[in-house]
Amino acid sequence: MKLLEHEAKAVLRKCGMAVPTGKVVRSPDEVGPALTELGLTEGVLKAQVFTGGRGKAGGVKLFSGAAEGAEIVKKLIGATLVTHQTGPAGEKVGSLLLESKTAIAREIYCSILLDREANAPVLVLSAEGGMEIEEIAETQPEKILKMHPPVGHDLWSFQVLRACNFLSIAGDTAKEFATVLNQLWKVYQQYDASLLEINPLVIDKDGHVVLLDCKFIVDDNAEYRQKGLGDADADKTAAEIESAKYGLSYVSLDGTVGCMVNGAGLAMATLDLIASVGLMPANFLDVGGSANEEAVTKAFEIVLTDDKVQVILVNIFGGIMKCDIIAQGVINAARKLGVKVPIVVRLQGTNVEQGKKLLAESGLALITADGLDDAAKKVAEAAKGVNA
Amino acid sequence: MSIFVNKDTKVVVIGLTGKAGSFHAAQCKAYGTQIVAGVTPGKGGIIHDGIPVFNTVHEAVKETGADCALIFVPPPGAADAIVGSADAGIPFIVAITEGIPVLDMVWARKEVDARGVTLLGPNCPGIVTPGECKIGIVPGFIHKRGKVGIVSRSGTLTYEAVYQTTTLGLGQSTAVGIGGDPVHGLNHVDVLKRFNADPETEGIVLIGEIGGPDEQNAAKYIKEHVKKPVVAFIAGAAAPAGKRMGHAGAIVEGKSGTAQAKKEALKAAGALVAETAADIGPLMARALA
Repeated sequence: MKLLEHEAKAVLRKCGMAVPTGKVVRSPDEVGPALTELGLTEGVLKAQVFTGGRGKAGGVKLFSGAAEGAEIVKKLIGATLVTHQTGPAGEKVGSLLLESKTAIAREIYCSILLDREANAPVLVLSAEGGMEIEEIAETQPEKILKMHPPVGHDLWSFQVLRACNFLSIAGDTAKEFATVLNQLWKVYQQYDASLLEINPLVIDKDGHVVLLDCKFIVDDNAEYRQKGLGDADADKTAAEIESAKYGLSYVSLDGTVGCMVNGAGLAMATLDLIASVGLMPANFLDVGGSANEEAVTKAFEIVLTDDKVQVILVNIFGGIMKCDIIAQGVINAARKLGVKVPIVVRLQGTNVEQGKKLLAESGLALITADGLDDAAKKVAEAAKGVNA
Repeated sequence: MSIFVNKDTKVVVIGLTGKAGSFHAAQCKAYGTQIVAGVTPGKGGIIHDGIPVFNTVHEAVKETGADCALIFVPPPGAADAIVGSADAGIPFIVAITEGIPVLDMVWARKEVDARGVTLLGPNCPGIVTPGECKIGIVPGFIHKRGKVGIVSRSGTLTYEAVYQTTTLGLGQSTAVGIGGDPVHGLNHVDVLKRFNADPETEGIVLIGEIGGPDEQNAAKYIKEHVKKPVVAFIAGAAAPAGKRMGHAGAIVEGKSGTAQAKKEALKAAGALVAETAADIGPLMARALA
């Protein structure tokens, strides 16, 4: 689950860290009262979106006075921000964060994330704050410091010293910075973060540490014990939300071939298979190993009702999942909603004969495939028929 | 020869009396695996489907001599079950559970390593040595004893590789699913080493996917040590970037997490890279012909 900036900052503030004073606004009328409440006459308005690169896309604006602020809000609410991360579809702005301005002396990059090589979280620091860290990592790796903090404990003193030396931070600022690093490490663990990125972490003109921006992603596996941090559905499509209710793993994609598969690996390989015959998948859908007939029916309904879909591929290798359950789910959904596009079905594994028999006796016009190659070929043929 | 497990392996099923534990323990038993005990706290003393149940892994080990734990405990208690099994002296642990919080696994992995224990998974289908034992949730009937070693991050793609090598008459020495979680136990290299040293294994199928450094490390090992033919498949070339992996994951991984980078590394190491999952079996058949 991704948190919006204001949700993330609420967590940081609650844990005692210095973030700029601010308030969320959703309409131009709210700017005046927000300024009064915060005791400000000027400030910065920041679009609350999940994508990075919003500054370049015009999603962050300085303003002075309620009138100018209201004008910016009017323009940005409901607007679509297109950044290098969003793709051409962009991301719609639903709210803005009105914040006090910060007098910036230095900008530092700071993040904690999982280092898969070390099987442990890693603290990443760079003096090049506010920049694209991926670019620095590639072109100037010597400008990045990585350290593994001890799980369940504060950072080692030597780690704090290394950080301060590396970033040339000294005196009272260094003490404040050390406290912030330990607080961030605590937040990362306490809230099951998979990414906690402060970019930039600012040292202001008075030498104080301010966390100016925050990207916060909570480990999906830990959502059961991390309730109430943000809206878990905010960055998902309607189909993704609906499928999650049935324990299905669904991701909306841009292509025309809908698919229903069991197992994440086979589902990914199925996307590759579709791409290998020059087509594009409309979705990733893993029904998992333990879905019942109702969940499979729901899964197939979601694929059937996707307007982009011109051909459907059902690719199942039954293990724990039984082929007859898949077949019954396909039949239920198809009878309920009708079928307007060709459906290619490849079944293999547990109860495959029962599954094939159910499909054959259903009276539905299905194209059956024998192996993966055969399935790809038949999807390609069916797509040609649709576009002919 | 099999790797890691064989017909003498004695398995204790943690979470035996739950729905998944019951079903799969019975399937494993029917395949011929020695299921000697179950553990469900509070149910110690009962016999479940003919299997004695204990309150703790420590008791189960003491009473039955179990030397492998198969874990079906739901995510909130799964890391605890892994560490508990390691602490009881079990040398080989197979964790099937999907959805364990990553930080729990960071901690569990450390505890397991400190005890010198081997962990397979979590979020994995388990391990099968055809004709000897199946420990996990893989359908047993698609296997056939033979000469191909299979190591895979995905469950259903393991089935696919098993099925294809069975159909082509090659069979498997052992098939190992290492699981799809970011923090896990055995990785590709650990399993490759064993297959490389196993005289029964004549060829190796390696199945990976996007994200993480596992496949690049495997490529390095293959280049330096493996003389047997390796057929590799990497899933996820068509998956859009950033949909699942956090954007900043790229910092630690650079560009190495992409399917393209992994395929290139494996090709450069001399592996035969299957372009689609359908090519896995046929490529291996040609390499071993």
